[in-house]
Formats: sequence, structure tokens, C-alpha cells
Amino acid sequence: MYRRVILVSLFILMCNLVLAQKDTGFFKVPYDTSTSKLNMDAVYNRPFLTHKKVPVAVGGYLEANSIYTINDGITDGLSFQARRLTLFLSSSIKNRLKFLTELEFEDGTKEIAIEFAALDLTIHPLLNFRGGIIMNPIGAFNQNHDGPKWEFVERPDVSTGIVPATWSNAGFGIYGKTNKNNWVFGYELYVSNGFDDRIIDNEENKTYLPASKDTEERFEENNSGLPMISGKVAIKNRKFGEIGLSYMGGVYNKFEADGLMLDKKRRVDVAAFDLNFTIPKINTNIIGEAVYAYIDVPGSYTQQFGESQWGMFVDFVQPVYRPKWFKWENSTLNLAMRFDYVDWNMGMFNGTTTLIGDNLMAITPAVSFRPSPQTVFRLNYRYSWQKDIVNNPAALSSSWIFGFSTYF
Amino acid sequence: MKNIGFLSVIILGMIFVSCSKLGPIEPLEEDVLDGPIDGLNSTELSEFLKGDEAFADVFTVNEGLGPVFVANQCAACHIGDGKGTEFVMFTRFGQSDTSGNQFLNQGGPQLQHKAIPGYSPEVLPSGATTTDLVAPAVTGLGYLDAVSDADLLALEDPNDVDGDGISGRVHWNMIPGYVTLRPGSVTLNGRYISRFGKKAAAYDLLAQTAGAYNQDMGITSVFEPIDPFSGLPVEPEVDESVVHQVVFYLKTLKAPIQRNQDDPDVIAGKNLFTQVSCVKCHVDVMQTSYSPISVLSFQEFYPYTDLLLHDMGPGLDDNYTEGNALTSEWRTPALWGLGLSKVSQGGQYLLMHDGRAKSIEEAILLHGGEADQSRQQYEQLSDTEKAQLIKFLESL
Ligand code: HEC
Ligand code: HEC
Repeated sequence: MYRRVILVSLFILMCNLVLAQKDTGFFKVPYDTSTSKLNMDAVYNRPFLTHKKVPVAVGGYLEANSIYTINDGITDGLSFQARRLTLFLSSSIKNRLKFLTELEFEDGTKEIAIEFAALDLTIHPLLNFRGGIIMNPIGAFNQNHDGPKWEFVERPDVSTGIVPATWSNAGFGIYGKTNKNNWVFGYELYVSNGFDDRIIDNEENKTYLPASKDTEERFEENNSGLPMISGKVAIKNRKFGEIGLSYMGGVYNKFEADGLMLDKKRRVDVAAFDLNFTIPKINTNIIGEAVYAYIDVPGSYTQQFGESQWGMFVDFVQPVYRPKWFKWENSTLNLAMRFDYVDWNMGMFNGTTTLIGDNLMAITPAVSFRPSPQTVFRLNYRYSWQKDIVNNPAALSSSWIFGFSTYF
Repeated sequence: MKNIGFLSVIILGMIFVSCSKLGPIEPLEEDVLDGPIDGLNSTELSEFLKGDEAFADVFTVNEGLGPVFVANQCAACHIGDGKGTEFVMFTRFGQSDTSGNQFLNQGGPQLQHKAIPGYSPEVLPSGATTTDLVAPAVTGLGYLDAVSDADLLALEDPNDVDGDGISGRVHWNMIPGYVTLRPGSVTLNGRYISRFGKKAAAYDLLAQTAGAYNQDMGITSVFEPIDPFSGLPVEPEVDESVVHQVVFYLKTLKAPIQRNQDDPDVIAGKNLFTQVSCVKCHVDVMQTSYSPISVLSFQEFYPYTDLLLHDMGPGLDDNYTEGNALTSEWRTPALWGLGLSKVSQGGQYLLMHDGRAKSIEEAILLHGGEADQSRQQYEQLSDTEKAQLIKFLESL
């Protein structure tokens, strides 16, 4: 019920602001496509609608698509999906103090999540405090996940199968940024709640970090009682692109209850490398991320749940044509291709030289059309090969996906 | 530039249109083990689907997994309803005589060698003898279940009256109180003819399933309420109705379908299979009697088993008894679906009870005891004939 209330009140707020747009006081702040922004700026770097006299800005995006999937030759037919409606609300509370929240409605109102809700205090560009519900800076996609920024309807497999995008937690920390000539450097460091035992005990039947997202108490209670640390450094050359190195880790299990030791402390550690650059002249944009995770799984537990996993994705986006339809100034037509790979269980079965399977590979060619940088229409064809734990012949799946995503 | 752009759009469009026909094609029904028997009515189909889901259900700690267990899902061991792999193999332990399992109060009969976090797995008690078992396929079991006791008794020849060296006997075993006897069930000194499992120790699919929940996953039910870790009765962790759905699913999984039946080598191989007496144990044709599931009633089917226990000689003797089955006795496994084993065993064959045979030929060469003569006859075949026989087995 409370979901409806949230939804309706937000909607009314949005409508008021939009209707009031006729009043000259309202204006739209587009998102900054200039080159001084890093992935870490993504939460604030979005188009907002605001009013000169009100220190509040709102924005959001919608993602909808149709999908036709064939799994091993069998299809459930055509579906229409309204995957996400996300609303942002930001306000400059006072000089140097600002607040932003991002609410996400997934698959209608099936899942409502506060993906971000934090207060930022700027002391110096190199030293800002942030606290609340923060997005853990692991890889780039987790923080920079808005649908309209991508040419693909599906999120990268590594970002939903290893990194639990969008992965945010109650916590706080510091971040900062500095520029010199063509260089931009940024860092972030947070302590927050972390993972729980579900990562090695879930219906996916694999070590699956996103399983912790189902724990409803995770914003009020930290399962292990020890903080998870996450941090990132990123460096960007304005002419070329950005690379980032990030880490997130902590104890995930409830090793102690009522002062009694139940188990040893078991850690999960995740490291990621991300890059985003554009090849000069031909303007090919290459975006990618590789993630490695190590999870301390009890030795006597089933090997179904792997100790180490890795995955990556790379997107190639090539603008090919700038149609001037309907006087759209900034429109582009892109060809794109994504490669996904995830191995949820690296290594071999105990005492054997037999490799453990449990991996997925996918390719997704795509065409996308952007009337403006804030809206994308995309046609994707995804083909994937998924192997079970003992490497039986891969399950094959293909999907046609057509949809759009737009900021509003 | 503009033209190039336009051209690429057109080319791309053409690629997409031609790709729309792309996409994985459905494997032929004969190439997969899963799927229901043809002709189930819609009520039966929906029960089948519920059972299918329960068979694939992954048990978590919250749902009662363990504390000690072997695997967390029926389908983890019976992958795609086919055979399992070494990775989920389990060990049973007991003794070498038929006085009954003496280790029931020490965690017997099965070794739960995995434990949920914070618990220690079971260890083998000293003095126990053991056998390792690889999961069999679970297809076509409804047919095997519906064969009458009378038919099995007609197949056995415990004293080898016909002098062919092959005796074969039904497994007279004790049965749990919760099973319902099949029509025409025969009894002898309080024992009944059991037929499922590698040593045919389980009377019916309910006993096998309730036992699997309990011993393989540490999941208790009204049927098997004792938790294998504590040895104490606990609340049922799986609903009675779910257990019945799984049993219904097992009964209505289709029998594997033979492939390449008309290939001349396959036909020649089938003749050799009879000629070298394989068919005396791996009986090709059987009949079901009455079954409440009408598609299973009074049907002829081709399982290549006699559901009887045979002494397989010292090589396969694990020094472990189950019920009344002696240490060297194994129930003839059905050979239907044999050729599809690799698809669930990670691209390799792991045959015989413990998966020690890595090829069909190796499996044949391990036959001893009552099958000694048959194996020798096989060894005397020419290379071409051997290849034909194996090609026939792969077509099953
Ligand atoms: C840990 C692996 C494992 C799990 C989990 C498992 N099984 Fe089995 N299954 C086996 C093995 C090994 C055998 C042979 C055991 C025997 O001889 O009794 C077997 C035998 C069977 C048989 C007898 C088949 C025949 O031809 O006689 C059936 C039926 C069966 N399992 C059903 C199930 C069901 C239903 C579940 C889930 C409730 C399940 N199994 C879970 C390993 C497993
Ligand atoms: C005396 C009865 C008997 C005869 C005769 C016999 N078998 Fe078997 N066969 C068995 C038994 C019992 C097993 C299971 C042994 C075990 O699990 O260790 C078996 C196992 C097999 C297996 C492995 C099946 C599996 O799923 O693991 C194959 C293949 C096989 N037999 C083929 C043959 C062929 C071919 C012949 C003829 C050359 C033959 N058998 C003759 C009783 C017999």
C-alpha cells in the first residue's frame, strides 16, 4: 500500500512541476556531456527540471521494451516490458550542502528501491563527505547505470550477475576530484553495510552476490557487524578517456551471535577495472569493465557455490550517421556490439583436474538511434551460451529486444 | 559520409531481417531425456509441471537444507533428468552381511559429506564398508513402476534352472510403513519385491523420493521425519503434496526414444546384443499392468532391464549390502537413454554404479559373475561387430 502512496505523491509532484513549466521560472538542466565528468559524477550528472526560485530539481528516466526470446528452440512469445521508472530528486539545501535521491520502480511496482539517497557536504573539491544510502563504487556501471546512457536494453551480465547493480547500501565516506590541464582525477572511499550469507545460499544455486539484495533488513542491519569498505580511483584524459580501479570487500557471514563464535569470519572481496574511451577521428566509443570476486566459502560446503568468479563486458559504439529528421539537431544513429562473459565458478572440482563450468557468454549486436543524447531507441539481438556446472552442452538463448529509454 | 551511413543502415537492416530466423532450434524430442509421456491429459500435465519445478527446486538453509547433506537439489544430481557426475556422487556405508544396516545410529546408510556453514559434515564410522554411487537417469520410471510383481517373478531364475549361468532374483526387502502396495503385490515372509535404486532396495518411487529428500538433501517429510544430522524427528521441511508431485513427475517422464533405429549397423548391433546374451539381463521388452495414469496402463515398452539382482563378480563387489542384496549383487540398469548419458555427464561417460567405466566398452568389460560368459562372448566378436553392438547401445 505504502508503495502506491509514494508513487502517487511523486507523480503529483512531477506533474505539478511539468505543468508549471509554462511559467518562465522553470527550466531544464540537460546533463553535461562535456569531458570533465567521471563515472563517479553520474548521480548528479543527469538532466533535471528545476525552478530558479526553488532549490529543488527533479528528473528521472523510463525504460520500456518489447522482447522475443527463444530458449533452446522454445519461446514464450512476445512480451512488453516496462522495466524501470526511476525518479531523482535533488536539492541544494545550503551552500556546500546538497541532497539527492534516486527511487526506482522495477517491473511496474514489483520492486521499489531507494538506489541512492545521500547528503553531500563539500569542504574542498578534494574532500566531500557523503552519507546515507550510497552506491558502492565498484566498476563503473553500478554508478553510471541510467538506461538512456546505454545502447543496450539488457544490463551487462557481469554487472547483474557478479556486481549486484544497482548495489547501494547505508553508509558514509568521502570523495574528491581534481583537474589539471587535460587530466581529471577522482577518488571515493566509503564504509557501508555489506553482504550476507545469501551470497552462498540462494535459489540461483551459485555464489551470487546479487542474492543479498533480497535481504529486506539490509538497510537497518549489517549481517556481519563489520563494515564493508569500498573505494575507487579514476583518472581521465579529456582527449582520450577514463579508467578506473575499484575495490569492495568485507566479512559477509554472521560469525558471532550473542557473543558466541559460530564460524570464522568469511570475506568477500571484489576488484574491478573499468575503462571508457573514444578513438579519435573515427569516434568509436569503447566501454568495458572486468570484475574479479573472491568469496571465502566453507570447505565442507557444496562446490556448487564457487570461491572465485570473474566476468567482463565490452561495448563498442560507432556513430554512423547524423540524420537531421524533424529538425533534430543532435541526433545520431549508432551501430554497437556488446560482448559479455561471466564465470561464476572458476577453478576445478576438488581433487580432480576437471574444470568447473557455470559460465555464460553472450554477444549483442545493436542499432540505436538517439534523437538527442537523452533519449535512445534501440534494437538489440542477443545470443547467449550458458553452461551448467559440469560443462554439459550450453543452453542457447536468443532474444530480439526493441525499446527505448529516456530521461524526462 | 551520408551515403555510407545510409548504406550501412540498409545493410544492417538486411542482416537483422535474416537474423530473425536465427536463434537456437529446438532439440528433437529423441535427443533429450526430459519431457512428459505423450497423451497426458491437462490435469496430469499440470501435475507434471509442478513436479518438474519441485525436482529443480534449490533448497536453501532457510528451507531446511542439511545441516548435513550431499546436494541441494534433485536436479543437481539427476541433471536434465539424466545421469549424474562424480562431483555429486555419494557414498553409502554399512556392512558385508545381510543382517541390516548396523550404522543407522551413526549416520547411516548415507554419508552426508557436505555441511551448511557452521556445521561439520559426517565422517565415516570405522568398521563400515562402503559403496560409491553415481546418480542414474530418472526417465521412464513410471513404466518400470507399473510392471507387475508376477512379471518380475517370471523373469527370475534364482537357482539357474535353465543352466545358462544367469540366475537373477527379485529383491525381497522390508518396506517402509507409508508405501501403498501396488495391485497384485506379492509378499514372502513379510518382505516385498523392491525394484528401484542400484541394489533395488526401494519398493516404489515414493520410498525412493522421500529417502532422497532425507538422505541426499537433509530434508525431512512426513514420510521420513528423522533429521539425518541430529537423528531426531523434526517438522517436515517439504510438504507431503510436493513429494507426491515429484513422484507423479517421475512416473510421467517419458521413456527415452531410440535414435537411428533403421541404421543397418544399429540393426546388426541389436542382433548381436541378443546373440551374446546381453538381453538375458538387459531385457528388451516389458509390459505394464494396470496404472491409474491411463497412458501407462497395459503398455509394451523397451527398457533393457529385468529389474533383478545379479551377482556381477568380485570386480564389482564393494563389500556392502543393502537390504537383502548381497555385496556383489546389482540390479540390472535400464539401458534406454544410454546414448544420451554424455549430455548430462559433462561430455563423458561415467557408467556402472560408481561411474568407473569411461566408455561403453569399458562398462561391458567390467561385467563378471553371472555376466562372465556374456562378456567373453562379446570379447570374441570381431572389431566390426563390437562397433556395431556399441553403435546400437548408443542409439538407445
Ligand atoms: C546427491 C545426489 C542425488 C540427489 C540430490 C538426488 N539423487 Fe536420486 N539418486 C542418486 C543416486 C546416487 C541414486 C542411486 C541410489 C540408489 O541406489 O538408491 C539415485 C536414485 C534415484 C532414483 C532411482 C532410479 C532408479 O532407476 O531406480 C530415483 C527415482 C531418484 N533418485 C529420484 C530422486 C529425487 C526425486 C530426488 C530429489 C528429491 C533425488 N533423486 C535427489 C543421487 C541423487
Ligand atoms: C548377468 C546380467 C547381465 C548381463 C548378461 C549383461 N549385463 Fe550389463 N549390466 C548388468 C548389471 C547388473 C549392470 C550394473 C553393474 C554396476 O552398476 O556396477 C550392468 C551394466 C551395464 C552397462 C552400464 C550401464 C550404466 O548405465 O552404467 C552397460 C553399458 C551394459 N551393462 C551393457 C551390457 C552389454 C552390452 C552386455 C552384453 C555383452 C551386458 N551388459 C550383459 C547386468 C548384465
